[in-house]
Amino acid sequence: MSSSGKSLDRRDFLRGSLGALPVALGAGMAVGGPGAAAEPPAYRPKFFIAEEWAFLRAAVDRLIPPDAEGPGAVESGVPEFIDRQMDTPYAQGALWYMQGPFYEAPPELGYQMKFTPRDIYRLGIAATDRWVHDNKGGKRFAELDAATQDDLLSQMEGKKIEFPDIPANLFFGMLLENTKEGYFSDPIHGGNKQMGGWKMIGFPGARADFMDWVDQYGKPYPIGPVGISGTRG
Amino acid sequence: MAAATPKPVDAVIVGFGWAGSILAMELTEAGLNVVALERGQNRDTYPDFAYPKVIDELTYAVRGKLFQNLSRETVTIRHAPSDRAVPYRQFGAFNPGDGVGGAGAHWSGVHFRITPDELRLRSHYEERYGKGFIPDGMTVQDHGVTYDELEPFFDKAEKVFGTSGKANNINGTIVGGGNHFEGPRSDEYPLPPLKNVYSAELFAKASANLGYHPYPLPAANASGPYTNPYGAQMGPCNFCGYCGGFGCYMYSKASPNVNILPALRLKPNFELRANSHVLKVNLDGTGKRATGVTFVDAQGREIEQQADLVILSAFQFHNVRLMLLSGIGKPYDVASGEGTVGKNFAYQNMGTVKAFFGPDVHTNPFIGTGGGGQAIDDFNADNFDHGPLGFVGGSPCWVNQSGVKPIAGLALPEGTPKWGATWKKAAKDYYAHTLSADAHGSNMSYRDCFLDLDPTYRDIHGQPLLRMTFDWKENDIKMTRYVVGKLTEILKSMNPKEVSVSVKKFGDHFDVRNYQTTHLVGGAIMGADPRTSAVNKFLQSWDVPNVFVIGSSAFPQGTGYNPTGMMAALAYFSAHAIRTDYLKSPGPLVPV
Repeated sequence: MSSSGKSLDRRDFLRGSLGALPVALGAGMAVGGPGAAAEPPAYRPKFFIAEEWAFLRAAVDRLIPPDAEGPGAVESGVPEFIDRQMDTPYAQGALWYMQGPFYEAPPELGYQMKFTPRDIYRLGIAATDRWVHDNKGGKRFAELDAATQDDLLSQMEGKKIEFPDIPANLFFGMLLENTKEGYFSDPIHGGNKQMGGWKMIGFPGARADFMDWVDQYGKPYPIGPVGISGTRG
Repeated sequence: MAAATPKPVDAVIVGFGWAGSILAMELTEAGLNVVALERGQNRDTYPDFAYPKVIDELTYAVRGKLFQNLSRETVTIRHAPSDRAVPYRQFGAFNPGDGVGGAGAHWSGVHFRITPDELRLRSHYEERYGKGFIPDGMTVQDHGVTYDELEPFFDKAEKVFGTSGKANNINGTIVGGGNHFEGPRSDEYPLPPLKNVYSAELFAKASANLGYHPYPLPAANASGPYTNPYGAQMGPCNFCGYCGGFGCYMYSKASPNVNILPALRLKPNFELRANSHVLKVNLDGTGKRATGVTFVDAQGREIEQQADLVILSAFQFHNVRLMLLSGIGKPYDVASGEGTVGKNFAYQNMGTVKAFFGPDVHTNPFIGTGGGGQAIDDFNADNFDHGPLGFVGGSPCWVNQSGVKPIAGLALPEGTPKWGATWKKAAKDYYAHTLSADAHGSNMSYRDCFLDLDPTYRDIHGQPLLRMTFDWKENDIKMTRYVVGKLTEILKSMNPKEVSVSVKKFGDHFDVRNYQTTHLVGGAIMGADPRTSAVNKFLQSWDVPNVFVIGSSAFPQGTGYNPTGMMAALAYFSAHAIRTDYLKSPGPLVPV
């Protein structure tokens, strides 16, 4: 698969993708999509710029929305998790074999593009917001109502729409994967605040000692989760 | 570039996982001066696997902290010889390790032998089902070694690993309680079986009710305190659920780091050099004798280590790659079927069935141990009549609940959306109420499934990557579909709310995106004939007799069981031959 050939430099990104759009949102501002719950003390993103951060908060809260079953992704700190992941070797593509040539291949042979996770977010968010701008009356993704956001995410997931610079479902897949990682990983990574994801499903986290419960057949595990840093849920 | 040349040694060992640590122990015991070269970093229980930092699914199982760094070196993969291979850029189907302990540090601990039938697979099937039963293009072979020859070494490996299990057949006497179908054992397991988690208990009852023969999975996870023959100590497993992908903070999971290195590192005639990546085995002018290896050290210097004996004990495909890069043996040629190095690359053939229960059945899937559980062998190996079924091979079936963690392990009934409120509710409703069972199947070898050097892609040192040519074949899909059908009946008999079946369909291609197992085999296969095998039954290169190639690279085809126990027994068997015969008279142990 060939790439766009475009530089992923931030200035180009702004000029090429969002320069024409009004910049309305400050970093750390709580915006989110409809239904986004209150966030813990404002985290200031280091990788994502304001427009990207607004998208991220809105999108992850549709992937894991807040409701009576458990916390939503924003309340759980998933945006912070993803922003912090962007500063790891993973997001720089340093854990992957990234030497060319890059060829299109059957999907069963796995990822064959030259984009790192950082690239995928930078291009994917810009492409999604551009698509929304062009198709939804000049709006951004974060400004759409929840049903329209869900519909768009479903279309990206199901390859019903395509973006010029990056496959929509590649971006969607990474966003969903990282959202679930942030929702279910240890709170030391910035997500899963108050271990809400673990409490919802009944996972005891770093408890890691079940001698007393191996043969308590059929009984629910009685102790709440604990995190690596010693916090208890 | 060239740097100081270290002192020549008696033996150099390439790769320090299970195979390398076993050979290092055996050869230092024999009095040899031994240097082991490990490309990855030094690792030990403390500090690398210490609680609580190792209890981190994201860092270890998901980002793969203990796995090979693919940015430095990977493999390329294609489905057929006419296709273009592309790199395995991200982890998916298999997770080879690096660092001291190798994949033996992050494995789960299922510790099997091999079934006696599978050791002589071709002969067995031809004798029972006739010469025409094995289809054209299926290049399965006998191992060239018998179960009786290997038995003392299976036993030795179990005692070193501190394996928990239950014998059924001791020297031909049926003592009961273990695997109804097993080959005779000379002794009990060193430790009794681990406790059953609830899911395993449910599986054992359901399969017994259907007339099958459940037995406790043999696990190299200690069911009690244990001191092995080397004096290395293990603590009882506490079912923490962090085995595969992790190092064991409890000293409970057998690993080279826990079970061998504590004794080995005390020996004055042994040296372990981490961060030392071997580029190739050096041969003398005749090409029939190795003079040592060239490696890149931690400072990036290329260094030659001379040695009388070279042990290749890297991960399966690295052994094959090193042989190809070094010119040891004749590379396999798919067009003619001639040559042996790279031939018969095979894998494992997994099917999975999940049962989803209602809110009152708490399976607590986070409670687990990597090797424990309950299994049946009624559809493994040739324990059932293949005549009317028309396929070769089989699958043990089991509940091997090794600790289901929510990022990678959360499974939901088929048809559940992957996100949104419905996904969330299903995650809440089912996570703690799910039972997962596998049909852990064999995979036959085929003429067009092989390993060679990639013409395009290179590693960080500029050397060609290894290329895999591999796809699923009709025989193996037939097999897994049959056994998964039986497994599904067992799970349905537990009356869950829902059952999800994950099984290959005819025409499915090998898919690298989802984890299957790291049980890759073949490419430097053992056998009785130098025209059809790369190493003899002692794992000695037919072509360069002072090179031994230890690992699952020696398996002529994929077995129903996990390979580590068989691989460890072969390592001890090979080491025994080196100590008893080779050192007295270095040369071919089997006449060519």
